[in-house]
Amino acid sequence: MKNLFLLLRREMRIAWTGGGLWLPIIFFLTVATLFPFVTGPDKPLLAKTGGGVLWIAALLASLLPIERLILPDREDGFLDQLAIRGWSDEWVALVKIAGHILAFGIPLLLASLIGSALIGLPEEKLGTLLLGLAFALPALAGLGVTIAALTAGLHGASALGGLLLVPLAIPLLIFGAGSLAENPGNAMQLLIATSLAMTAVSPFAAGAALKAGRE
Amino acid sequence: MTDGQVAPASILLDNVAAIRGGRLVLQKLSLHAEAGDIIWLRGANGSGKSTLLRLIAGLLPAAAGRREITGNMALADERMALDLSQTLEEALDFWAALDGSPPTLRQEALDAFDLSALADIPAGYLSSGQRRRAALARIVASAAPIWLLDEPYNGLDSANAARLDSRLLKHASAGGIALVAAHQPSSINVAATLSLDDESRLQAA
Repeated sequence: MKNLFLLLRREMRIAWTGGGLWLPIIFFLTVATLFPFVTGPDKPLLAKTGGGVLWIAALLASLLPIERLILPDREDGFLDQLAIRGWSDEWVALVKIAGHILAFGIPLLLASLIGSALIGLPEEKLGTLLLGLAFALPALAGLGVTIAALTAGLHGASALGGLLLVPLAIPLLIFGAGSLAENPGNAMQLLIATSLAMTAVSPFAAGAALKAGRE
Repeated sequence: MTDGQVAPASILLDNVAAIRGGRLVLQKLSLHAEAGDIIWLRGANGSGKSTLLRLIAGLLPAAAGRREITGNMALADERMALDLSQTLEEALDFWAALDGSPPTLRQEALDAFDLSALADIPAGYLSSGQRRRAALARIVASAAPIWLLDEPYNGLDSANAARLDSRLLKHASAGGIALVAAHQPSSINVAATLSLDDESRLQAA
């Protein structure tokens, strides 16, 4: 347990000191800033489409850190050192995912407060947006780490990562943006269910990818 | 994580084979090491020295044969595995904390390879020879009884090669096991030399 905490703290430290923390957040806020320029000062239109744009921005922002999630640790022999010490790949993947939720997810939730203000999202929808993103973030982190483990060391890994992650994240996007619609129906429940399933599978998928990548 | 201290460390490989990148790299290889043994692995480039060390470390599954290891292992290869943004001291402390090894051991490890003056320099600023020594210090600080060293003499000047020699002997006399992969003949008294060039024969030194 103490060792899990040590590893998690290292993930946090790398995210803070490596500069990887700010890039996705700045990207997310840039989209929220630019979108009103394109639509013009049309408040009803922004209120209607703004939530969906924030969801797309969050999804694309989650692509940016993929390249630095696994690759540096594999190249430096860090993952091998953990394996020698008897750490299973699934536990390592779980720590990576938890670290990614904390280092990327929480700042993104805070940024979405600013983003929704920039884009003029109606106040009554703010809670739904934050709740939806909060439920989707573990799944996005799990997908990110899995794909990072799959593509680490390949040529054009970041482009490939985008190609792999976006299709897998489409259900999250549909249900997440759907929960902000006029008649959301069961979108939020479906979002939670999808996210739970993805989050539960991802440590095993990422662990298998880590194992396969070790030679 | 100091279970290895309870039972004496040992390595037993019986007729193992290893496949790496779809190619049969090692076959019919047997090796037995007891506490206090230093085994020298010799072989040309590509003869399978690193593969054998990775096989023993459990990073590569044995394609055939039996592998039994008692005791914790520490591996030093060409990669330092220390966080580049941390000072050398902090980076070594991270592994020491994970291994639960005593804090005094870290200072001993730094001293063993003359790194004390560099302890507060970020690991990323170390030269390549210093990185090798930092990786060796990580091995010493891990308190693991089994050392797997892949070409540890590469990039070391003669003074530091001598330091490594004496640290290896100290480790062996304390009941540790060391496997040293090198392309030069052993500079110290070793229990056995395993030459990977000729059908994996174990020769008594």
